Amino acid sequence: METYIGKSVKRREDARFLKGAGKYTDDIKLPGMTQAAFVRSPYAHAKILSVDTSAAEKAEGVVAVYTGSDACGTYGVPCGWQVDFKDGETMREPLHPLLAKDKILHVGEAVAIVIAESLELARDAAELVNVKYDVLPAVTCPKKAMESGAPKVHDQWGDNAAFDWCIGNDRAEVEAALASAHHVTEMNYKNHRVAPNAIEPRSYIADYDVNADKWTLYTSTQNPHLVRLLMCAFALGIPEHKVRVVSYDVGGGFGSKIYHYTEEALLTWASKEIGRPIKWTSDRTEAFLTDAHGRDHIVHSKMGFDKDGKIVAHLTDEFCAMGAYLSTFAPAVPTYLHGTLFQGVYTTPLIHLNVTAPFTHTVPVDAYRGAGRPEATYLLERIVSKAAKEMNMDPAELRLKNFIAPFNGTTEPGYQTQVALQYDSGNYHASLKRGLEMLGYEDFRKEQAEARKNGKLLGVGISTYIEGCGIAPSAVVGSLGARAGLYEVGHVRVQPTGKVSVFTGSHSHGQGHETVFAQFAADKLGIPMDDIDIVHGDTDQVAFGMGTYGSRSLSVGGSAIIKSIEKVLEKGAKIAAHKLEAAEEDLEYAEGKWTVKGTDKSISFGDVSLTAYVPHDYPEGVEPGLDFSSFYDPTNFTYPFGTHIAVVEVCSDTGKVTVKRFVACDDVGNVMNPMIVDGQIHGGVVQGIGQALLEEVVYDGEGQMVTGSYMDYAMPRADDMPMIETDRTTTPCPHNPLGAKGAGEAGAIGSTPAVVNAVVDALAHMGVTDIQMPVTPQRVWKAMQN
Amino acid sequence: MQISLKINGKTHSHDVEPRISLAQYLRETLSLTGTHIGCDTSGCGACTVHVDGAATKACTLLAVQVDGCEIKTIEGMANGNEMHPIQEAFKENHGLQCGFCTPGMVMTAADILKNNPNPTEEEIRHGLEGNFCRCTGYHNIVKSIQHAAETLNS
Repeated sequence: METYIGKSVKRREDARFLKGAGKYTDDIKLPGMTQAAFVRSPYAHAKILSVDTSAAEKAEGVVAVYTGSDACGTYGVPCGWQVDFKDGETMREPLHPLLAKDKILHVGEAVAIVIAESLELARDAAELVNVKYDVLPAVTCPKKAMESGAPKVHDQWGDNAAFDWCIGNDRAEVEAALASAHHVTEMNYKNHRVAPNAIEPRSYIADYDVNADKWTLYTSTQNPHLVRLLMCAFALGIPEHKVRVVSYDVGGGFGSKIYHYTEEALLTWASKEIGRPIKWTSDRTEAFLTDAHGRDHIVHSKMGFDKDGKIVAHLTDEFCAMGAYLSTFAPAVPTYLHGTLFQGVYTTPLIHLNVTAPFTHTVPVDAYRGAGRPEATYLLERIVSKAAKEMNMDPAELRLKNFIAPFNGTTEPGYQTQVALQYDSGNYHASLKRGLEMLGYEDFRKEQAEARKNGKLLGVGISTYIEGCGIAPSAVVGSLGARAGLYEVGHVRVQPTGKVSVFTGSHSHGQGHETVFAQFAADKLGIPMDDIDIVHGDTDQVAFGMGTYGSRSLSVGGSAIIKSIEKVLEKGAKIAAHKLEAAEEDLEYAEGKWTVKGTDKSISFGDVSLTAYVPHDYPEGVEPGLDFSSFYDPTNFTYPFGTHIAVVEVCSDTGKVTVKRFVACDDVGNVMNPMIVDGQIHGGVVQGIGQALLEEVVYDGEGQMVTGSYMDYAMPRADDMPMIETDRTTTPCPHNPLGAKGAGEAGAIGSTPAVVNAVVDALAHMGVTDIQMPVTPQRVWKAMQN
Repeated sequence: MQISLKINGKTHSHDVEPRISLAQYLRETLSLTGTHIGCDTSGCGACTVHVDGAATKACTLLAVQVDGCEIKTIEGMANGNEMHPIQEAFKENHGLQCGFCTPGMVMTAADILKNNPNPTEEEIRHGLEGNFCRCTGYHNIVKSIQHAAETLNS
């Protein structure tokens, strides 16, 4: 019988996408549907003096115009994670209004919504809304936001801090160890702000059905149930059982579509007001201005070493921007998703991280592919490489010297870090060795020396990352401030004919769940993949779900499905035993049938399922039907790790950096579909290279975004990128049934420092020790001149 | 304004507002929603269609500008249920993830291979520079086009 786990099964979702038959939210048209356009602030910080909508209301085709003075102005979207101040003060949590009423806090904040018969008429009328502003000074840099006299984002608090936080060992102890260290390496830099840029812009349709008294929200989200929960319980206070949230095909997320956005709640509210469906689809500039951004940390860090190159202490202070409001998971990103990874793959005995998280006059910052872990990895992998240069050591050798010894997490315990987490299993030596071998490290060093003689600037950069994903045990995250559980739901419905529908709370927006989930479900059930359908993205069909982010779909969502499959087989065995007139313990299940051990007596999965639904000859005390739902709450995070190595060439005339080779040896635990895992790594790596070399969201001194279109924001293009050379080591996760760790973010976490390390390596002989990202030709050229 | 044009082999005539883009016309009037809009500045290429045989971004072209032209969209690439070799190659090589940029990628790939049946990797990458993909890192898209070239040339 054909099995599927571990095979590169081609994706079942591809045909519809390739034929242009995907069903993205903007593709949906409902009868009587209206279109919305927003009036957005061109200023970062301003008082709203007046909003005159009279001309817009009279314009052709306009159905309604709402402002912050209408009822919707009292509603706001909630934050899902609470991180209180170190001194016990509660996190400062401003109302994040659906429409600004008195004050504007970032460019692009919505002042009014115009709903009309067509998009063109809505946009025409939006032009007629006359808003008078009193423009105020703005602050967009998280460090400047904490200086005395900085413009205040929220007037009700004494300064701009949303919270501050620390983790690790006692600061004084860490400082003392640094003071007596043999060598201290220091870094001061900005992990700059980037925009997620899913190619599908956010799109919503809200449809209130007056006869059913029920809302349907079609939305491009990564987690429909979470949106429903946040909107019903907090934003609008409407009954959850009367709201259906649907997200069919979603064109990429990368974190930016996790959050419950103001437009979702506003459209839902307004559709009841006007009694008609309303669609809004963001244009690209609106996406830049209003989708949550990633990163934006100002970092000051010191790492101390003994005379043998062993790390003795690591101390870091960071200013991490929150933006104007607290987005859904924002407080978790620079704290529990970041500081908890400061151990990296090293045995560092003393670690302290201090974070100040201020409000800024910018769009909120939240999780973007990797969320806090890329920022931690960038720091660790840059500072270790910088230290190696300063101590005249090979960066691979310095890493090997400091690695945590291999541990499998079963016969050997997990590794307890200094920063709260316990790693599940790891073998960092094997990963680095394989990475170096893939590259041909020794040979490259010879080639580099030779090239340098000829004036050619080649560099190699290593990054040995670890990340924490498969988020996460509910009780643990609850104690850390999460206002939700982070389990997942998997529901297996066996139909009478033995065909199976699997309902999952995970959501695919490119990850290929329809294929991969069917692969392992088929193997576990012993039936063909074609007999299994995967259903997701509809709160009316799927019991509940926490959605897809944090590389959690397989390790958490997959485990929930496995749990239900186990229940199906357990009940199936009772029915089989009855039909075969044998004891349950005498049966074995393989290849889709129960067999009495040592005999040829068997009954197939299909016959058992038919019996379950036509229970004429049926075991006593067993309910009919074969349909199980499970909630799976993981017992730990999972910890993928790996080695990324970049080879770059720097043009000595222009400073342009070209990535010549990129080697990625990742360990994501057990792999269900190697083709899909490779694809996840490729995409993540290129996003990471994008941050290293090209991408940056720039706000000017007045808080105006100057990178608000694809003419201004440098997205990675095909001709900027090399082929990605991938391989894997496999260290199974010891605590989930598939042994899977997660692959969605690894690429973006490991790659960025590898590239910057390579650039610095290429320029090292000129005395360059660091360079600010994105490493543009201008920055490189300047560094070469100095 | 009245326009008449051939789309995927069928003639369509409509009275359209002069400001409507070809992409909007295809999506809204004809419900050909395979042509996607990812930006409105010709940046991302999700809206790429063929106008008189050449890959063109439909988001910055007005519908009235293509009056009398022959348009091919992603919906016109497959022959019924039989996918075009380029579409097959994308499936075979995992050249797509979320699928949103995919129609534009396929239309651009067809244009690359029409003008250069044996492109090098560098020529493929150069040919794709007007199409963004945020999921695949382009690796498997390049491989898909290389694979399609082989199939089409065999």
